[in-house]
Amino acid sequence: MPSTAASPAEQAAIRVARSAYGRILAYLAYKFRDIAAAEDALAEAFASALTTWPQTGVPDSPEAWLMTAARRNLLQMQRHAKVEHDPAALILLADDNTAAPELPAIPDVRLKLLFACAHPAIDASVRTALMLQTVLGIDAAKIAAAFLVTPGAMAQRLVRAKTKIRLAGISFEEPEARDLPERLHAVLEAIYAAFGLAWDEHPGRGASDSLSDEAIYLADLVASMMPAQAEPAGLLALTLLCDARKAARYAANADSSLRFVPLHQQDTALWDKARIDQANRILWHAASLHQPGPFQLEAAIQSAHCQRLYTGSVPWHSIALLYEQLLHIAPTLGARVGHAVALGESSGPEAALAALQAVADHPEAAAYAPYWAARAHWLAQQGSTLAAIANYRTAQRLHTGQAEREYLQGRINLLLNK
Amino acid sequence: MQYMLIFQSPLAEFSSRSDPAIAAANMAAWGVYIGALHGAGLVVNGHGLLPPQMGTTVRVRGGKRLVQDGPFADAKEHLGGYFVIEAPSLDVALDWAEKAPSALTGSVEVRPVMPPHPGLGAPAAH
Repeated sequence: MPSTAASPAEQAAIRVARSAYGRILAYLAYKFRDIAAAEDALAEAFASALTTWPQTGVPDSPEAWLMTAARRNLLQMQRHAKVEHDPAALILLADDNTAAPELPAIPDVRLKLLFACAHPAIDASVRTALMLQTVLGIDAAKIAAAFLVTPGAMAQRLVRAKTKIRLAGISFEEPEARDLPERLHAVLEAIYAAFGLAWDEHPGRGASDSLSDEAIYLADLVASMMPAQAEPAGLLALTLLCDARKAARYAANADSSLRFVPLHQQDTALWDKARIDQANRILWHAASLHQPGPFQLEAAIQSAHCQRLYTGSVPWHSIALLYEQLLHIAPTLGARVGHAVALGESSGPEAALAALQAVADHPEAAAYAPYWAARAHWLAQQGSTLAAIANYRTAQRLHTGQAEREYLQGRINLLLNK
Repeated sequence: MQYMLIFQSPLAEFSSRSDPAIAAANMAAWGVYIGALHGAGLVVNGHGLLPPQMGTTVRVRGGKRLVQDGPFADAKEHLGGYFVIEAPSLDVALDWAEKAPSALTGSVEVRPVMPPHPGLGAPAAH
């Protein structure tokens, strides 16, 4: 897929690429049951669009043009026996000479592709990358950069996953009602992981700058294709609420380096109010479906943090209650630490430290920087300055972001100067 | 397409076959499962196996034949039997794997069977 704009033909290709790429690829992969062959055929179609359109003009329906070209390429691959003899493919390719289907005639089966990518038979560590590549057409090198692995290693993982989908007969059908909640959760988790990659990315590194937008796009896609399900809307609201505060997460120092700003100190004037309002409306809609779930609760917690925009204060007691509900269904390490912090803010340092003590034996707690930073903060509030400094130092060692490490150093300096 | 359902059980379970009460319950559970699988018309073939202690392992090393009593000793689970079934997708095969008695105490591996034309990959389901 082209990544830089120049000529009108290229711009048209890029415009159509975002929604069309995933739609056409999903359709061809679904019909053909071979993601890799469909990708090759579509990549060739995009390449010929870039050479043909500047001469012939951009077609009325670029999507249909690309679909026809990709189908022709698949037929050619078939003739050259590069792909298997497959009756499904023959049926698909048989009407190659007939007119290209118009836009509404290409059914949107991207959801089926998402379910195949997040199938439990596919290793959870590769699901997010597989979705980004197949549904959004993001190239393997960029995905590799976001995952901090080499392009070669990422390409190998993706090839293996696509081969498994094809050879193991992983179905492209939407799961049955019995499996739907679990399968849908796997899809949403993989989308949220893409958002998390962008979120953890430190400013200036840039490899996944647009990844948060891509994750929001996927969450929106699932939410709009499954309007009767509450959790996709919950995920969409969650990603929008976090994204709305993006501009306030870091502030520029005098030397133009970036300084980390914790959530409760962020300048609410920098928050995107329209986006927060939009997310709250989506969350209300999700709640009206009466299907509580972890993404809706996470979104409700973020929504509560955003209340500071309207009321000037954070409703910590409500946040603690929301975390309590979340811990009943998804007692993750992050949620337990978040709960402890909310307890501290609403009931005092002892409550926070008791809750953190209960987290201590979690196998991943020792390597989780927010756990140590939370301990440090509440120890300092309690007056245990030396212990607080030691805990801040541990958190500092575990953080990979320069701005976060400097923020923690600032906290240590405050305690040292006391 | 065709899948092999590979039934693995802990060694203790094979030993408990000598206890008549357990053996009867075991046979009943497998009987129901095998009946259902045949009833669904999915079975291509399949067999149950005698306990791993009845097995004999052969290796050829340096042109010399080495014969050993029993299976690979360190394995926690051992092959107890298999079915090859015809199923439209992995999901259908996984649903049948889930129903097998050995899924409760051991495991069931589901593997696509190599297609009839080696090197061409599996024929796609449709």
